[in-house]
Amino acid sequence: MDRIPILRMGQFLLVTIQIDLYDRLAVNLESDLVQMVSKTGARGVLIDISALTIVDSFMGRILGNIGNMSKIMDAETVVVGMQPAVAITLIELGLELQGVSTALNVEKGMLYLQEKIGNQIEAADDEDGVE
Amino acid sequence: MKVDVSKLLRKKKKEIFESWLNNQLVDETLREDLISNEEMREQSNALLDTLLNSISNTNIAEPSSPEFESVNEILQGLSISRARQGFSPRETGAFIYSLKDAIIHVLQLEIPNDPVLLYELMLKISRLFDRFGVVTFETFIQGREEVILRQTSEITEISTPVIRVWDGILALPIIGTLDSSRTQVVMEALLQEIVETSSSIAILDISGVPAVDSLVAQHLIKTVAATRLMGAECIISGIRPEIAQTIVHLGIDLSKIMTKSSLASALKYSFSLLQLEVRKTQKEKTNIIHG
Amino acid sequence: MKIEREQDVVPFRNRVKEFAVKIGMSLVNQTKLITAASELVRNMLKYANGGSVIIEIINQGRDNGIRLIFDDKGPGIKDIPLALKDGFSTGKSLGIGLPGARRLVSEFDIKSVEGKGTVVTIIKWKNG
Repeated sequence: MDRIPILRMGQFLLVTIQIDLYDRLAVNLESDLVQMVSKTGARGVLIDISALTIVDSFMGRILGNIGNMSKIMDAETVVVGMQPAVAITLIELGLELQGVSTALNVEKGMLYLQEKIGNQIEAADDEDGVE
Repeated sequence: MKVDVSKLLRKKKKEIFESWLNNQLVDETLREDLISNEEMREQSNALLDTLLNSISNTNIAEPSSPEFESVNEILQGLSISRARQGFSPRETGAFIYSLKDAIIHVLQLEIPNDPVLLYELMLKISRLFDRFGVVTFETFIQGREEVILRQTSEITEISTPVIRVWDGILALPIIGTLDSSRTQVVMEALLQEIVETSSSIAILDISGVPAVDSLVAQHLIKTVAATRLMGAECIISGIRPEIAQTIVHLGIDLSKIMTKSSLASALKYSFSLLQLEVRKTQKEKTNIIHG
Repeated sequence: MKIEREQDVVPFRNRVKEFAVKIGMSLVNQTKLITAASELVRNMLKYANGGSVIIEIINQGRDNGIRLIFDDKGPGIKDIPLALKDGFSTGKSLGIGLPGARRLVSEFDIKSVEGKGTVVTIIKWKNG
């Protein structure tokens, strides 16, 4: 069975979806990703959907699920590279992808994750301090 | 006395034509700036030819006869092109009605002794030309409507400029009413530009929007939501006091949207988001330094 | 076109796209149409174990459009107005499939007989 490859980059997991997913593939991606998050202790998940021409409610739900599941496991999810037409359609459809953050491209997504996780570490440091 | 009208008219074509041209030339509505003499001659000749070829003793009393189809076609072509060239309806109408005058004039000269017949013929000709007139005006309006349609789409296109005010900041001043088709154009233009310039902040300035009702607000909210889905922040600026009033009175919830009263304050806020700082240099020149 | 398995969904979407490109539909409208089609096909697979879809190009005056007719022999829909409400679902989903699809297209029509099946017709005009 086909699988979407998940790359590991330091603290982050990187997924690039390059084909239009059929449902089984999307469900597999969801479970694979959650497994990977737990195995590697990744702090961030970056999903690049710039090649996706269609995101329907099912795909939207998968993305939302991944975001929420990762959050429970203490990892941030950011979806990057959404096509304008896809964004307009999702809004019209009534789907707002709650639970995931978005960024324009992989670079900005990475930056966002680093900042977010950096902040968390700083915040943790602060808690250790006298304050 | 029985007169073959069609034959008579055909025989007198030259007179009719000259008299018609003369009528058009002396008419004060003649637009020499829009149409040359030769062109007018040519158009008149073509129309008269076709008319005289289609007219017969029987169909002269039946303006809706299919035999006048070719005349109607020429008239439609003429009035559409005149509508596009910017002729007024009166000028276009004068063209066809002066032909009627010419024909009646010739008939008067040709049938001097039979007022009854003349009257009858004039009535028929009048009816025929009324019909032609209606066709002309109908097509004229159609031509104008096409012009309006084209202009509407042009306006929609040119009235949505996306301006890159700073590296990473886009501004989009919206001027005029925001309906759903307009929103779609605005949204597309904005999102496309966000991708191309990879800007992370977009400012929608609505100072040029005359009124904001719940539908317009809905459109704005959608645009903001779509921008966020792409991973950029969207600020709405240019909210005039009366618009703020209507928004609150209508109970529209804009709390999830970043709003600023002026473009300047939206820009200032954007700078702070991007951690940029604006300050004066010592030589009293404004300059912007990356923070 | 027959839709029987979920693997049929992607080829089906590509077919719809071919038609939309043929009449010169804008990218955004294409995306809206395909997304709506995708929602409806998914419903068909989920509730009726598949069915058939007719794709055709239609003309109305100057405007071209695409009409999709989804025909299934499933259990049917009991309360159509309720099914068209946001957030309502008998299955475990977000419940935005039907109402969402309706918002994405120009014309939307649904007929259903309980126990016999459901026919959904959607039209998306090239510029609408």
